[in-house]
Amino acid sequence: MSGSGEEDIHREIERVARESYGRLVAYLSAHTRDVVAAEDALSEALLTALTVWSRDGLPQNPEAWLLTAARHSIIDLIRHQRVVSESEPTLLLLKEGFTEMNVASGFPDERLKLLFVCAHPAIDPAMHTPLMLQTVLGVDAVRIAGAFLVAPKTMGQRLVRSKTKIRDAGIRFEVPERRELPERLEAVLEAIYAAFGIGWDDLAGVDQRGQNLAEEAIWLARVLLELMPGEPEVRGLLALMLYCESRRAARRGPDHEYIPLSEQDHKQWSSRLIEEAEQTLSEAFKCGRPGRFQLEAAIQSVHVERARSGSTDWAAISAFYRQLIRISQTLGTRIGYAAALAEANGPGAGLAVLNAIESEAVASYQPYWAVRAHLLQQLGKTAEALDAYDRAIGLAEDPAVREFLRKRRS
Amino acid sequence: MQFALLVYERPEAFAARKGDGSDPYTGAWRAYYKSVVEAGVYIGGDPLEAPETGTTVRIKEGKRQVQDGPNPDAKEQLGGFMILELPSLDHALAWAARCPAASSGAVEIRPLSPGFKEKVKG
Repeated sequence: MSGSGEEDIHREIERVARESYGRLVAYLSAHTRDVVAAEDALSEALLTALTVWSRDGLPQNPEAWLLTAARHSIIDLIRHQRVVSESEPTLLLLKEGFTEMNVASGFPDERLKLLFVCAHPAIDPAMHTPLMLQTVLGVDAVRIAGAFLVAPKTMGQRLVRSKTKIRDAGIRFEVPERRELPERLEAVLEAIYAAFGIGWDDLAGVDQRGQNLAEEAIWLARVLLELMPGEPEVRGLLALMLYCESRRAARRGPDHEYIPLSEQDHKQWSSRLIEEAEQTLSEAFKCGRPGRFQLEAAIQSVHVERARSGSTDWAAISAFYRQLIRISQTLGTRIGYAAALAEANGPGAGLAVLNAIESEAVASYQPYWAVRAHLLQQLGKTAEALDAYDRAIGLAEDPAVREFLRKRRS
Repeated sequence: MQFALLVYERPEAFAARKGDGSDPYTGAWRAYYKSVVEAGVYIGGDPLEAPETGTTVRIKEGKRQVQDGPNPDAKEQLGGFMILELPSLDHALAWAARCPAASSGAVEIRPLSPGFKEKVKG
C-alpha cells in the first residue's frame, strides 16, 4: 500500500466522519438513548474502517458501512455488560431497525431530536453548546475546551457527566410538543448562537480555530432550518449569523489591527452573504411572529444598509433595541442599546442607560467599560473616561482590541 | 479558593521593563492590574527580576549544585506571579486569558497549597 493511498483513505474517513458523524450518533443514540455508547461505538467503527478500508478499498456506501459496524459494536457491548434483560428493548430496537431499514438508501435523520436533547432543561445550560458541538459535529473535547476557556480535562469530565445524565435521567429523544416548543427551541438556538459568539470573539478572524467554530454554528443553523423550515426564529438566527459573518474580512486592518463596525470599509463586506441574510430575514418576517433573533438580525440589516446609503440610521437601531429589551433583558442587549441611543440622541442619553445597570453585574464585563469610556470621553469627563478605558483594556483578551483602546485613551 | 497565576514572559517583555513605563505592554499590565483589583479578586503578587538574576540550587546525589539563572533552554521565563481569590479554575482561566502575558508568553495557573503550608509552619 502506497503512502498516498493511505492518505486518501484517511481523508475519506475524515470526510465521511465530518459529514455523517452527527447523523450516525443521532440515529444510534435515538435508539439506545445512550449518547456515550453511540459515540464509543462510532469511534470504534471509524478505527476499524481505517484498517479494513486501507486493505479492501472504500465500501460503496461508507456511511452505511459505519452504521452497521457501530451497531454491531453496541450490541456486543450490551451483551458484554450482561444486562440483557434490561437492555432487551434496546436490542430489539436495534435489530428491528436493522431489518426494516434499507441501509443503502439511507436512514432517518434524527439530528433534530439530538439537538433538543443537548439543550434539554435537565442539562446544565453551560453544557448545551459543548454537547452539541461534540455529538452533532464531532468536535473533540480539547478543541471545545480551548474555545470555552476551560481546562481540557474538566471539559472532558463535564461532557461525560452530561451524556451520562441523558442516559440515566431517561431524557427522551423526541421533538417537543407544540406547547413546549417555543421555550425548548429557544434553548437550541441559544446554544448555536453561543458557538457562533465564541468563534466570533476568538481573536476575530486571526485565529483559524475561532473562524471554524463560527462556520460550524452556521452549519448547525442550516441543519436546523432544513429540519424546521416553518420556524421564523431559526431563520432569524441564521440571518443574524450571516450578517455578522459577511463583515469578517473588514474587522481587521492590514496589520491585524481592530476596526470597529462604524469605521469598517463596507466594500470589504461580503455582498453574497448579505444577500443571503436579507433573503433569509425577509422570509422569517413573512411569518409575522417576531422574536429575539429576528430583531437582532434586523439591527444588523440596518448596519449593512450603510453600504447603500452611506450613513447609519441609529434611530431605527435604537427602536429595534427597545423592542429587543422587552423580550430579552440581557447585559449585552442593554449595552448595545446604550451605544445605539448615544449615537441617536447624544452620549448623555447612552450614559444614563449604562448608569441604570447595577455595578456588580459589570465588574468584569468588558463591553460595558469600552462603551462607558467612549461616552465619558465624548462628554469631556476625562478622569472618569481614563479610568473606564483602563478597565476596558484590562478586561480585553484580544491584543488588537487592547491596542485600539489604548490609542483611543491617549 | 486561591490560585497563583504564574506569568511566563519572553525576553522582549523583560526588556520592556527598562523603559519609562509608557510602552504598550506595561500600559496593558497597568490596566489589567486595575481590573483585577477592582473586580475584588486580587490577593497579592509581584513581578520578578529578569531570569538572569536568578540562581538555581539543587542537591544531586548529596552534592550541592548551584547554577546561574533558571533553565537556560526555555524561551519563556517566569516573570512574576499573582495570587487571586476565585471560585473555580474556570474563573482563573478567564483572568489568565486577559493577562497581557497570555498573548505574548504564557500564564500557568496553579492552586495554592495551604495544606502543605500548614505542615511546613508546623
